[in-house]
Amino acid sequence: MTAIAGAALEEAYEQDHRPGRRRRRLRGGWLLPFWSWVVILWLLAPIVVMIVFSFNDGNGKAVSFNWQGFTFKWYSKLNAYSDLTSAILNSITIALLTTVIAVVLGTLMGVALGRWRFRGSGSVSLLLFANVAAPEVVLGAALLSLFLTLGIPRGYTTILIAHVMFSVAYVVVTVRARMSGLDPALEEAARDLGAGPISTFFRVTLPVIMPGVQSGALLAFAMSIDDYIITSFVNGSTQTFPLWVYGASQRTGGSVPPQVNVIGTLIFAFGVLLALSGAVASRKRA
Amino acid sequence: MTATAPPLAAPSGATRPVTRRRRRSPLAVLAPYLMVLPAWLWLVIFFLAPTITMLSVSLMTGDDLNGFKQTWHFSTYSDAWNSYHVQILRSLEYGLVATALCIVIGYPVAYWIAFKGGRFKSILLFLLLLPFFVSFVIRTQSWEFMLDDHGMVIGLLHDLHLMGVMTDVHLANSKGEFLQTSTAVVGGLTYNFIPFTILPIYVALERVHPSLLEASSDLYANKAVAFGKVVLPLSMPGVFAAVLLTFVPVASDYVNAQILGGPKNTMVGTAIETEYFTNLNYPTAASLSFILMGVLLVGIFIYARALGTDDALDMAAM
Repeated sequence: MTAIAGAALEEAYEQDHRPGRRRRRLRGGWLLPFWSWVVILWLLAPIVVMIVFSFNDGNGKAVSFNWQGFTFKWYSKLNAYSDLTSAILNSITIALLTTVIAVVLGTLMGVALGRWRFRGSGSVSLLLFANVAAPEVVLGAALLSLFLTLGIPRGYTTILIAHVMFSVAYVVVTVRARMSGLDPALEEAARDLGAGPISTFFRVTLPVIMPGVQSGALLAFAMSIDDYIITSFVNGSTQTFPLWVYGASQRTGGSVPPQVNVIGTLIFAFGVLLALSGAVASRKRA
Repeated sequence: MTATAPPLAAPSGATRPVTRRRRRSPLAVLAPYLMVLPAWLWLVIFFLAPTITMLSVSLMTGDDLNGFKQTWHFSTYSDAWNSYHVQILRSLEYGLVATALCIVIGYPVAYWIAFKGGRFKSILLFLLLLPFFVSFVIRTQSWEFMLDDHGMVIGLLHDLHLMGVMTDVHLANSKGEFLQTSTAVVGGLTYNFIPFTILPIYVALERVHPSLLEASSDLYANKAVAFGKVVLPLSMPGVFAAVLLTFVPVASDYVNAQILGGPKNTMVGTAIETEYFTNLNYPTAASLSFILMGVLLVGIFIYARALGTDDALDMAAM
């Protein structure tokens, strides 16, 4: 699903850099750009609110609706809620572990599906498609049925299992897409020069498909750290950041402390920096 | 599917002249299976098996204290439908309205970026993706904050004396509130899922070569005709993919309904969650999940038959 975002960005980049492409400035009215900017501002509005109100002074129980003055104090009182801190640590460690497991499993499957047609490869693709297309509620409810039936206690491990389950297919899809750009002659040449299958994989195949592996890893991490619906079915009493925020908003009075905006802002800043530095690095390479 | 394909034919190997055939060791024959196995097992154990378990749970009867027994009790499905058809139909309605809004709002944006974006395309797409760097729950929470009675949107509308108009056209309720209305829920759903609509349409529009537009203007088509006869048909696979990518998660979402809506706006996801965790009625919860999946699958199938092409399915699979 989000893989399409990567595809769109790559396409835009290639378009920009296609040599000799005439940049035609079609004279359109003002309506189309105006509309587009309104939509973009609408998309950014909640982010702006989040960032601005992370600096809003107040009593600290709930974010105040009115501007009370600029303050850094929520940034220094980041750990005021110990259960919030542990929820964030859970979110980060689960996202990292999910990324590692999903990337290893997904890359192996993506390479195999991209290189060979074998008995059963069609049904594997069907399984992947069903996994990606199934609604999140259904994935969560199904896993919960299994855990309940087998009497498996729910917690950190079951969250990790669920996150790998819903993100591995995305890694497979991005890696398989990259495999089509790999010239089999390269691997053949490596083998002819005496490299074994393992060293061929690490020294020839992997470097070529690396962009696919990276975008798969990014997707897995992003989906894991942001997931609410599936996690809420398998979490038991373990909390993650989205679950904590949701719980706080559903409590009577719906009070979300300013720390939530602070952490949201920090994650946002970190993500944007990471994405921008990645984009700059890939442009330098190109 | 691939039953007729030889077990180990490299897809591009067939086109190259084979000068020397390396002897395949048994390990090389097994290699694809060994590489596929770990992820396959993970999906079979934690995706396929749970789905089958859920099917079996949906046909059980019993209660939490005495345990559940397999009784092939199919009427759980009709009971679940009778108790929750309001939520199911509401989910479909919200899904359809929000998806339609996403297309109507998003198509011009995709068009503008694809044809007029010039060298700012990447930056504009990056702006569209920025919301993904903020947690979905926080974004929705942020809308609750803005739409609250004391929040900035209502305050602004009051200052502009527009609140009465909002109530008159039923966008706000009679007390002049946005929260706990279907407007807030559909608005939140549209907001949260519109990037999934814009991006596939953008990718399809990006593939429309500008020379086609030149050709159509050479053939005396004005802009509107060129759009209707060239651009729009060529972008339909993207619209198809966009509808799939938007409708399924929107119809099964319940976070927006829970945070922005009230008791009159609950969707089927809430019903599934309540049956599992509050009522501990697992068969009903499981059968509701299957009804939701079945309704969505039938909808997708009819839709694909009516409009779809292989191209569109490929794009949706991306």
